[in-house]
Amino acid sequence: MKAPMIAAALLAGAAQADTFITVQSTTSTQNSGLYDAILPIFEAETGIDVRVVAVGTGQALRNARSCDGDVLLVHAKEAEEAFVTDGFGLTRQDVMYNDFVLIGPVDDPANVADQNSIAEALVAVAASDAPFASRGDDSGTHRREVSLWPDGPPASGTTYLETGQGMGATLNIAAALQAYSLTDRATWLTFANTDGMTILHEGDPALFNQYGVIVISPQACPSVKLEDAQRFADWITGDTGQSAIASYRLGETQLFTPNATR
Amino acid sequence: MVNKDAMEPFTTAFANAWHLIWTADADLMGVLALSFQVTGLAVLVSCLIGFPLGAILGVGRFAGRSASLVAINALMGLPPVVVGLGLYLLLSRAGPLGVFGLLYTPTAMVIAQTVLVTPIVAALTAQVTEEMHREYRDLFATMGMGQVQQAATLLWDGRFALTTAALAGTGRAFAEVGAVMIVGGNIDHVTRVMTTTIALETSRGELALALGLGLILLVLSLAINAGVMGLRNMGMRLAHG
Repeated sequence: MKAPMIAAALLAGAAQADTFITVQSTTSTQNSGLYDAILPIFEAETGIDVRVVAVGTGQALRNARSCDGDVLLVHAKEAEEAFVTDGFGLTRQDVMYNDFVLIGPVDDPANVADQNSIAEALVAVAASDAPFASRGDDSGTHRREVSLWPDGPPASGTTYLETGQGMGATLNIAAALQAYSLTDRATWLTFANTDGMTILHEGDPALFNQYGVIVISPQACPSVKLEDAQRFADWITGDTGQSAIASYRLGETQLFTPNATR
Repeated sequence: MVNKDAMEPFTTAFANAWHLIWTADADLMGVLALSFQVTGLAVLVSCLIGFPLGAILGVGRFAGRSASLVAINALMGLPPVVVGLGLYLLLSRAGPLGVFGLLYTPTAMVIAQTVLVTPIVAALTAQVTEEMHREYRDLFATMGMGQVQQAATLLWDGRFALTTAALAGTGRAFAEVGAVMIVGGNIDHVTRVMTTTIALETSRGELALALGLGLILLVLSLAINAGVMGLRNMGMRLAHG
């Protein structure tokens, strides 16, 4: 069959960019506009084009295990460390953090704003009739949310709704149903469809949200562009990358706080 | 009674769509160009495969023909997500075709859409040529034509009817999101097309912008259909006097 080959040849021109790396990423860093702000700086400095595939952390880790990327940028520390221990990643480095927040309808029917901890707030949601929208997709945010319920999450399909979708889709559902939900702060602050919803509980140390970067191991994946991938990891954990992250703001609010250790 | 506030997303959507087109937004133009490129190539390849395949099924008399027709009709209903997932497993670096490095390229998106569109083109072609074959059967018999020649004749004589098959395929490819999202990865400036942009903006809660992009997609789809139908009618007048 000649036709697909012709198609491939014609399209090669469209997809052309000689030096590029593929980053398997969580969605919050893309949806919040962080990449649009910092990647052009890296690209201008190095001439390396960064192609971001933004999926949930769980899917990003799976895609990386299939060698479909050069770098991982996700937020599920335990899973990331397991990824490295299993030989798929070279090293894992902290990049930055923000925090998770519990959002819900402004009138707060489960009264979570008055609770002393996120655990108590979630128990209050479970005790009320108010719905809770969970990602249910094995993402970094979903893993964290599941771990925050003192007795495990409520049975699925009652008032606990597993959307099985990304953060944005889940927030759209939460807004439509006036349901509670757990989201990272950056995604929430840049989310437009907040219809009658607001942050109701925040600040618990258990809501700390650490992002890490991993260069995928060329031993596990010979296709990895090691040099360029390492350059990206060094850059984002280095002075220029860290200050670029720190200076990304939405209005007055800084969305991510850099905390790479050098 | 229409609540004025409830209509707000729709009016904003129109305003957004108009603004993006009027200012010839550079990102939008890039995304549109890639949409046309991917869909155009996928439909072209699908027609190159689907027209002959459909015509053979339409006029051929061979064992397994009915089963093939049933299969090709069933394939018209292939869920795009399943096609995307299957191709992901094939094209992934860990998959059997991984060495070609096609995942997250426009080529992968063309392949995905070709898989989705070819059954539509083939099935509709089979239907058109089968009906024509009833009228042409005696003529073919007196001329002593073989099956391949008959298929070729019917494809040519039925070319105006077959534009509908190509258009149906174009509609499917143009509007499809599930498969291209998985194999393309929705990478900015590389594999981002209209439908994946709409999905992204929806996930960012920018509903009016997403709807505005949807309106642009709809208008373009209308324009393509009107254009092709116009050409078809012009061609028919020329051909039949």
